[in-house]
Amino acid sequence: MDLRLDNISHYYSDVEVLRAIDLDIPAGKIVCIIGPSGCGKSTLLRLIGGLERPGSGSVLQIGEPPAESINPLTYVFQDFALLPWRTVEGNISLVLEDHNIRGGRAEAIISDVLARTKLTDFRKALPKQLSGGMKQRVAISRALAVKPAVMLMDEPLSALDSQTRELLMDDLIDLWTREPFTSVYVTHNLSEAVRLGHSIVVLSRRPGCIREIVDIPIPLAEREMGNIELERKQKYLWDLMRDEAIAADQELLRV
Amino acid sequence: MSDHLHVDAKGTQRNKVVFRGGGFAPQSKRWVGAIVFILVIALMEVGTRTGFINNLTLPRPSDVFKTFIDLWNTGLLWKHLLPSLSRLAIGAAIGASFGVAVGVMIGLFSYVRAGLVPIVAAIFPIPKIALLPLFVIWFGIDEPSKYALIAFGTFTPTVVATYGAVDNVDRSLIRMGQSFSLSWFSIVTKIVLPGAMPGILSGLRVSLAIAIILLVAAEMLGAEYGIGAYILEAGSLYDLERLFVGVSILSLMGVVISAIIGYFEKRLLDWRV
Repeated sequence: MDLRLDNISHYYSDVEVLRAIDLDIPAGKIVCIIGPSGCGKSTLLRLIGGLERPGSGSVLQIGEPPAESINPLTYVFQDFALLPWRTVEGNISLVLEDHNIRGGRAEAIISDVLARTKLTDFRKALPKQLSGGMKQRVAISRALAVKPAVMLMDEPLSALDSQTRELLMDDLIDLWTREPFTSVYVTHNLSEAVRLGHSIVVLSRRPGCIREIVDIPIPLAEREMGNIELERKQKYLWDLMRDEAIAADQELLRV
Repeated sequence: MSDHLHVDAKGTQRNKVVFRGGGFAPQSKRWVGAIVFILVIALMEVGTRTGFINNLTLPRPSDVFKTFIDLWNTGLLWKHLLPSLSRLAIGAAIGASFGVAVGVMIGLFSYVRAGLVPIVAAIFPIPKIALLPLFVIWFGIDEPSKYALIAFGTFTPTVVATYGAVDNVDRSLIRMGQSFSLSWFSIVTKIVLPGAMPGILSGLRVSLAIAIILLVAAEMLGAEYGIGAYILEAGSLYDLERLFVGVSILSLMGVVISAIIGYFEKRLLDWRV
């Protein structure tokens, strides 16, 4: 299933946050969205998954989602959004219970996603016992449990320290390499974008519109730290954004 | 200062950095509470025995204790305590359960909120004791009017605490529930209610203390037995020993209820950081 954003604009009362966004999200690819702070990238992600209604334009699902997909558009949030009163497995079974998956079937899914995110030993732990990186792993395995057609990731690594971020990036690349998933990945971190994105959408500052779409043809598995080509892309992205980032920074001061 | 001052072989001063990060971190020191309690009672005992405190102004704690033992031995203690406990339990259960239900509704539905919040704000400050005659007219002089008074008094603080607790549930968790297409009912029962539980329980601490206060008021009318009736009778006779026995029983009830809620908080809220 592909996604298409058709001429999306959005307002918060009088403030125009997004202007005329047209974008294709092809199946099996990771599309990163970057932009200066306050450019509406998280808003765009909420529009894509139907958590907010666009002011005008529409988000289209092209083709049927795969039959086994329980929740086609699934989010991974920056703040993990785990229920603190449920254990790791409880948090995952939460999203299965409502789709009438219980008992043996749920058990099989939970074991599978916990194994894929290396959490098998932490099944019975409460979120308060886990580090930030572990919590985000739980959130990712919860997302995998509902077999999403598109994973909508809202700065999933931004709340983590840089070492944990590296580890989780490797894990995401592993997950994708073993079984390619479709994802829209919002971040303000350029090195995350060049490591994980098949294409990178650069938004301008408010009102956000697409400035450029940068494709990175290198396969994900071959993108090591210190790769010259990636460094060059990252530098290019930063040059694109630099002035806008400064302007966005100062715009906040004037508000 | 000389304690921190050191001079090494080259004559350079080496000062230890002074610790200044102490305090402002409450620690649990259980025995202090008990000691203060015992000290106050001991002071009353010694004061009344030496005449430092006049016997007319304060009863001697040992006399109060003797009165309590008498009450126990004559079997009157249970005769007073049991009706009071049943009034408290029934009245508070009705008030708290309605309060939680209405509070959750206010937290969830805008129209209910717009309609009921002003009414709750209007009812809250009315001293429920003043409405006693009204309750007698509505429910008769027997038990129902006492239940109603206690229920009414626990209802309003429970409502306010509950809808505040529902408002404070992390919106990002509700967002998460919606993003996984959970049903409305699941979001309420699996996310909103457990998330509001800490606020509801701490609200119950206040409501149940108010219920004890109202118990005495409820027993002012037509109650032959009951701790409130016992206190009022002692009060009208200026029998300070019996008055203090009654009051001590009430505060003991408060301590027990608070301990019960504390137990539930430990059991139900062990997920809190």
